[in-house]
Amino acid sequence: MTTLKVKEKAKIINLKVKEDVKKPKFKRMTGAEMVIESLIEQGVDTIFGYPGGAVLPIYDALFQQDKIKHVLCRHEQGAAHAAEGYARSTGKTGVILVTSGPGATNAVTGLTDALLDSIPLVCITGQVPTFLIGNDAFQEADTTGITRPCTKHNYLVKDVNNLSNILHEAFHVSNTGRPGPVVIDLPKDVQFAEGDYIPKAKAVTHMYHPQTEPDMSAIEAAVELIANAKKPIFYTGGGVINAGPKASKDLTTFAKMTGYPVTSTLMGLGAFSAHEDQWLGMLGMHGTYEANMAMHDCDVMINIGARFDDRVTGDIKKFSPKSKKIHIDIDPSSINKIINVDVPIIADAGKAIEAMMVVWKDKKYKADQEELNKWWAQIDEWRAVNCLKYKHSKSIIKPQYALERLRHHLSKQKKEVFITTEVGQHQMWAAQFLPFDRPNHWMTSGGLGTMGYGLPAAIGTQLGNPNGLVIDVAGEASILMNIQEMSTAVQYNLPVKIFILNNQWMGMVRQWQELLHGERYSHSYTDSLPDFVKLAEAYGGIGLRADKPEELDDVIEQMLQTDKVTIVDVRTCQSENCFPMIPSGKAHNEMILSADADKFDKKLV
Amino acid sequence: MVIKKKKILSVYGVGPGERPIERHTLSVLVDNEPGVLARVIGLFAGRGYNIESLTVAEVSKKLNQSRMTIVALGTSEVIAQIINQLARLVPVHKVTDLTEEGPHVERELALIKVAGTGEHRIEALRIAEIFRAQVVDSTTESFVFQVTGSPEKVDAFLELMVPLGMLNISRTGPAAISRGKEKF
Repeated sequence: MTTLKVKEKAKIINLKVKEDVKKPKFKRMTGAEMVIESLIEQGVDTIFGYPGGAVLPIYDALFQQDKIKHVLCRHEQGAAHAAEGYARSTGKTGVILVTSGPGATNAVTGLTDALLDSIPLVCITGQVPTFLIGNDAFQEADTTGITRPCTKHNYLVKDVNNLSNILHEAFHVSNTGRPGPVVIDLPKDVQFAEGDYIPKAKAVTHMYHPQTEPDMSAIEAAVELIANAKKPIFYTGGGVINAGPKASKDLTTFAKMTGYPVTSTLMGLGAFSAHEDQWLGMLGMHGTYEANMAMHDCDVMINIGARFDDRVTGDIKKFSPKSKKIHIDIDPSSINKIINVDVPIIADAGKAIEAMMVVWKDKKYKADQEELNKWWAQIDEWRAVNCLKYKHSKSIIKPQYALERLRHHLSKQKKEVFITTEVGQHQMWAAQFLPFDRPNHWMTSGGLGTMGYGLPAAIGTQLGNPNGLVIDVAGEASILMNIQEMSTAVQYNLPVKIFILNNQWMGMVRQWQELLHGERYSHSYTDSLPDFVKLAEAYGGIGLRADKPEELDDVIEQMLQTDKVTIVDVRTCQSENCFPMIPSGKAHNEMILSADADKFDKKLV
Repeated sequence: MVIKKKKILSVYGVGPGERPIERHTLSVLVDNEPGVLARVIGLFAGRGYNIESLTVAEVSKKLNQSRMTIVALGTSEVIAQIINQLARLVPVHKVTDLTEEGPHVERELALIKVAGTGEHRIEALRIAEIFRAQVVDSTTESFVFQVTGSPEKVDAFLELMVPLGMLNISRTGPAAISRGKEKF
């Protein structure tokens, strides 16, 4: 009898245990609460957004917690760029929360920007209730349809029980492999519905596991090429920044081990310090003469995390014709897309650099010093051209001079300095004249070239780095594209500095019109600009102005002292052009150093 | 086949140039989820790739997976890009270039409506027999034939049916699989 009883008891216990295993008790909560819960689990502490009808349940859940700080931007595009600035300066994933319809469509520019620059973003958009989808409901847009080509991946969640898993997967997809933006479109009824919350640890992420470890035989082949090079060059890009700070450190170590010259794309600035002797400056259309000439004449090109963008290569038929090319990229579709390479390596840039260093040490490779000296002598000749020189003026502020003064004052700064930019001439000058010595301290819209990027990105950067000094180098045309974010900066006490190089023209457009379109300046002049000093004051910030070169130092000094958002209106020379320049459709060695309209082929399309 | 392109100088560099256009059959294993077909088609449209045919159907209920067979046209570089870009999509598990991998079979099904009387009708039936096409619908003045086989065989059958009063065609586009015991 007793044994039976014990057995029965055991059976019952077993059954109970089995039931428990079968049905793990997940926390029940609403869709809106799941959003908050999963963000917390993913380590998110700051999100950027704008409320509206279709996301009200999530905003309600936000209101009832204190772990996540919500930053109210003044436009969804601003929110997206702010999240980008936050992500790029902190290395975390940026999060945006916007409403359906116009909220989602306004965010599209920011999403596309993040896709082209490989920035990890998760964007949660509200959607009309599932039963209204497709009915042209109020503030309805086909968000997944619209964002399909401008995101790495997107989801429309129709069942609350899939939501938490999708949220976790979205973060995984966004920041694994080549990072990018992910949209989760969330209908309002799903936000209200109650379901099981699957915690991060139990979430089933997709079969999305991109290759990040390099193929060692390819690495060995690459290092052998590198070691036997006579005229080598490192051509590094944003992939090194995205691989984390250690990748930048390793790049520096490896470059120093070899003693080879280093150039970088616009996106990769800061990975290798501009203070190093081996630094050649940025390459590409407005890169330095020495960097482009070295790219053209090199015999081994070591591309780490760059993607042969058309602004870098110029005419691809004449691109670095004599070199063997090594290409390290985490995205297989970047390989042989534009330039055919000799040694492709699909890997995380950091892991590939690490592996190359190991092989270099193991095999006791040494650079051919004699050849390398000759190469450096050649490079020094190119350097002696001093391609960034410009005519200084005593009566009028040259934009280059303004940036040189800014650089001078920043070099004395104790705070960590972060630079963001808008898009145009000022952006190229900033890349040429400001020294970048660390990764994640330079935020600029490279791939998409989004005017209006700099101010919101500066706001995101300042939020991620409260003790940093964040400066948006801007143009007067670009800044007006997202000027409303001044209000955000004031609301959250963010002392970002907006350094406007104001020439009253869309400078880069004017430059092309001057050189390529017979000086017909079609609609590139902005009449009726606001008084930027009064504008800053109207928002509750500080406005400063410099009209003459001798006023610059004072104004910059004042700007660096302010504790509020500050606009500096630097009235610059109106006709200055950005040089050096590879005329469109020309090769690296056909770079021109000054304005000569005859050198431009005006029949290009 | 060589497609000649007019030479246009561009600030964006030069186009693909005069390289031969190839025809490749790709087998793509995807998650059977909403939007996956739109993703694939959007990729071809957005990046300017050419699709000749695309077939898709669920192949595993358990794993919730579908297989797409895509016949794409392009230079070898473009085909390589298509494969890499497809593989980059999150719901895509595997892309196999059957043309590159070696021997494979391609089969498609076509339904052909032929209307006619007298001699034409008899001739149509006789040709159908040669091609092992089946009659799946018949009225006194029309037939619907079902023919399966390689795309070339279907093409040949259709050509012969034109003078015999062919009215409509509906083709599935080829489904394909590699020969031999290897899984792909």
